[in-house]
Amino acid sequence: MNELALAVPWLGKRNPQAARWLVIAIAIGAPLVAMMFGRTWVRVLDFALLYILLALGLNLVVGFAGLLDLGYIAFYAVGAYTAAFLASPHFDVHLPIWIVLPLAACFAATAGIMLGFPVLRLRGDYLAIVTLGFGEIVRIFMNNLNYPINITNGPQGINALDPIALFGWDLSRNIQITEELAVNSLFLYYYFFLACVVGSIIFISRLQISRVGRAWAAMRDDELAAKAIGINTRNMKLLAFSLGATFGGVSGVLFGTFQGFVSPESFSLMESIAVLTMVVFGGMGNVAGAIVGAIILSALPEILRHLAVPVQQALFGHVLLDPEVLRMLLLSLAMILMMLLRPSGLIPANAKYSHIRYLKAKGVTE
Amino acid sequence: MITLLEARNIGKRFGGLQALSDVSLTIRKGEVYGLIGPNGAGKTTFFNVLTGAYTPDGGEFVFNGAVLPSGKPHLVVAQGIARTFQNIRLFRELSALENVMAGHHIRTNASVWGILTQNRHTVEEERLTTERAYELLKYVGIERFATATAKNLSYGDQRRLEIARALATEPQLLALDEPAAGMNATETVQLKNLIEQIRGDGITVLLIEHDVKLVMGLCDRVAVLDFGRKIAEDVPAEVQKNEAVIGAYLGGGHKHAH
Repeated sequence: MNELALAVPWLGKRNPQAARWLVIAIAIGAPLVAMMFGRTWVRVLDFALLYILLALGLNLVVGFAGLLDLGYIAFYAVGAYTAAFLASPHFDVHLPIWIVLPLAACFAATAGIMLGFPVLRLRGDYLAIVTLGFGEIVRIFMNNLNYPINITNGPQGINALDPIALFGWDLSRNIQITEELAVNSLFLYYYFFLACVVGSIIFISRLQISRVGRAWAAMRDDELAAKAIGINTRNMKLLAFSLGATFGGVSGVLFGTFQGFVSPESFSLMESIAVLTMVVFGGMGNVAGAIVGAIILSALPEILRHLAVPVQQALFGHVLLDPEVLRMLLLSLAMILMMLLRPSGLIPANAKYSHIRYLKAKGVTE
Repeated sequence: MITLLEARNIGKRFGGLQALSDVSLTIRKGEVYGLIGPNGAGKTTFFNVLTGAYTPDGGEFVFNGAVLPSGKPHLVVAQGIARTFQNIRLFRELSALENVMAGHHIRTNASVWGILTQNRHTVEEERLTTERAYELLKYVGIERFATATAKNLSYGDQRRLEIARALATEPQLLALDEPAAGMNATETVQLKNLIEQIRGDGITVLLIEHDVKLVMGLCDRVAVLDFGRKIAEDVPAEVQKNEAVIGAYLGGGHKHAH
């Protein structure tokens, strides 16, 4: 949270208190502003929160522990499909979200450990290739497990997932306050997702400033030295993979139940790369960076999609570039510019792995 | 004198190269024990086998009366053996303080659940780790750089930081791999004082060093390795007179077992 406040340009360093309130105000007020432009934009914000959750989880693996994972979306798929199996008409099982969510988290964590074990000795490029393969394997499994026994319903995906219900309160229904005034279900999802994101930020920030976070950072900086001071790198890697996967699994459940539909094509390699781009673009090893990266890279394409056609028509009289093409073009351009101008991301990691306040009494200053 | 570490017939082969053959030595509690020898004699290999980075082909280490696990660095550290590296290996992106705090990892046990809930044990442990790390920075004399990033420290300070990090694991035996390499005369004297201070605090030191003056002035006993064999083990004054040792350093005088 402090890190996020400090990341606010200009205000962050001068008046962190004000910046903190600004961040809170934006987080709470964003959907209200978005609603003025239409419901689509609230939906975009909902998805942005899901991407934040994904980016936070991947940042834990890539940024904190230094394990380049190109198949992260597989855990998202595990979460989403767990929700589809346990809360939809597909198997006619309808478990409540309070059971589905922890189960999905467990399954994803198990998948994380299953991926972690064989790749313990790999680093860098080799690790990236194997994780990439893992991501594709999971997707292909989902695509083909409809024969001989129909488990995943193949490429058609699974429909009509149960919406999230909190204490019997269905998030997918609008709350009718008066006849005129209603709270849209998109808002309810937004605040529910926001609560999940806030919880994750607290958890991850605490992890970072702990013996576990330091052990990860040590392993990332120099694995041999980390071993030499007694860090059990095997356990720490498995912990990073499984915790990272847990976040992927949880956001997968939220994604599936929010969208009401899952299919293998949502979990392609491009999605893995998109999430990794968010982490790298925002600033690796940095909670604020992952959040800002996720917001920008998930919302900008949507803005572009809505602006590209009318702007081109106004300028040239016809559409020169398809918005989808333009999106990839601009994304590549953004990455190139970033590599040239800010190689360590939008918000470079100035990560702290210790509570310096414990030493304040001794006159140690930051 | 109580024996702290006993190496029994340690052997290590890399392909066709016998890096260590049948090396046995005894380190007593509270002494500074020097390990010297020409380049390629197997000193660093001995370190790597001792600290579990390599598995020996033969032999075993007995530390405090118990056989050390081989090939498991973190268990060796837990037993009380810490090391530094010939080429400095710090956690470059962490601050000096955090480097030392990371060194305390093995002596702490907060769980993920404890960290999530920030229970009393975790908070107290974290506070103690921080304070202890600061004390160790003071001990090696670089506390004014506590919050500086490790990669930005000067060469001599990086060496000191590495020693502080090793001390944070609360070792009984501190193994230093060429700590004076690349140091100027003043820094070497400071290092000598630091090592004497460490010995004074009851920690046994195993020292690999090229600087003969430093070794002779500091060590209680010295072993000499040449082509993976121990050719001498004695007090420094005697080792200096040993003909096999002179031969090994000057070449020719000693028949090598290739």
